[in-house]
Amino acid sequence: MKRLDSALPMDADMAVAPPPEAGPIPASGPALFALRGVDLRYGSVRALHGIDLDVRAGERVALVGSNGSGKSSLLRVLHGLLAPTSGTAACLPRNRQALVFQRPHMLRASVQNNVALGLWLRGMGWRRARQSALHALARVDMAELAGRSAKTLSGGQQQRVALAQAWAMDADALLLDEPTANLDPHAKREVEALMQAFVQPGPGRTVTMVFSSHNLGQVKRLASRVVYLERGRILADLPVQSFFNGPLPEEAGLFVKGEKI
Amino acid sequence: MNTLAESAATALRLISSLDPVLLDIVGLSLAVSACACLLACAGGLVLGAWLGVVRFPGQGVVLTVLNTMLALPSVVVGLLVYLLLSRSGPLGFLGWLFSFKAMVVAQAILVLPVVAALTRQVVVDAERSHGEQLRSLGAGTFMRGLLLTWDERFALLTILIAAFGRAVSEVGAVMVVGGNIEGYTRVMTTAIALETSKGDLPLAVALGIVLLAVVLLLNTLIALVRRWCERRDAGLAGWLRMPDLTA
Repeated sequence: MKRLDSALPMDADMAVAPPPEAGPIPASGPALFALRGVDLRYGSVRALHGIDLDVRAGERVALVGSNGSGKSSLLRVLHGLLAPTSGTAACLPRNRQALVFQRPHMLRASVQNNVALGLWLRGMGWRRARQSALHALARVDMAELAGRSAKTLSGGQQQRVALAQAWAMDADALLLDEPTANLDPHAKREVEALMQAFVQPGPGRTVTMVFSSHNLGQVKRLASRVVYLERGRILADLPVQSFFNGPLPEEAGLFVKGEKI
Repeated sequence: MNTLAESAATALRLISSLDPVLLDIVGLSLAVSACACLLACAGGLVLGAWLGVVRFPGQGVVLTVLNTMLALPSVVVGLLVYLLLSRSGPLGFLGWLFSFKAMVVAQAILVLPVVAALTRQVVVDAERSHGEQLRSLGAGTFMRGLLLTWDERFALLTILIAAFGRAVSEVGAVMVVGGNIEGYTRVMTTAIALETSKGDLPLAVALGIVLLAVVLLLNTLIALVRRWCERRDAGLAGWLRMPDLTA
């Protein structure tokens, strides 16, 4: 897989004119992730089919679609966990991005050590990694639980720890695979708030976010752009306003109306 | 009183009076099996963890062989070690035959496939469940094997206890390579076999009771470890709190 190490940051709220029809958003800057004709097969099953996708710095891209449409596979290709069967995927190096799973696994260790592990695996000394982990936990309001066994945390708390891990890594891109799918409404709100805080641009810092979701309300709140997938193909790639208000391909329209799950 | 009841009563007297012959046999037996388990675990944990995370051509054949070795008859292992350690064998120069070391080697060979195969299964399940997350954090194959083994340490502890149970209760291998020499290589299982054949049932029954007690103790330990793990993961363990060893 090719890597893009020197992509230029862009403003978070970059103006992208709505396209006249459901096609890809016109390129207006260097892409952090660039997929061209990407196919992905699991044996005889074709999970992704001819995917062309550019994601630029500061974008907040929501991947939506029915179960089995290829959202999770696409996130894994973007992260570099899966190599395309054919086509090219030029992505940020893995040490500049973080992937948050739907059900993050906590190792049988303290919360602090779980966060520090990611830093340690990327070459940071253990003592310093633990220190950074503590700072990151404070950002997700979990510093008080730093010494607790991570296995005892609730789903929402575990998701916050996973976000703290991404925060500690100071990732340029945050990929999330249905991060609030199994959470109660309160935990959902907390995680969403943290996602928003994570992508807030700071001095010299622009964070790009790509997340998959079934929750269209969440997509409206968090995304600047929506990519609709169906059977491994991109059927619509639009700014969020156009996706919810403009004309859509029939299947995407049914999905938005809730008539397709 | 029938023979069984008389034997049991005498056996209990032997146990309660801490009969020196009985204690010698029990002590040697536990020492042999503990050493064998340490050796088998050193090799079996590494092999199992490695097989749990790597993919290579011919892996299916290796796993079939490993799983077949789970059912290794102990006398066959004894015979193999005997041939290796006998004077004319390739390792005859060591002079280990009919010694403590020979029994340790035989039991280690017997138990190693058990540790390796069960460890592999635990690590494969863990890899399937969260190996992808560790890869996303940057863990390579070796580090993943290490982390998954560490993460599953309580499950592995039960495997190690079960392996000890297998070692301490086998008779064929230690009989062949140890020779059942009194005060030197006589362990619980070989002593039971000998005393029964001689008709000295009280000692055989006493050893049988001790052996059963050891196995019972091991199973109780396994149950306690499992219960403690479940309680710990549920945040309830207060009565036996272990330190966070990664701290």
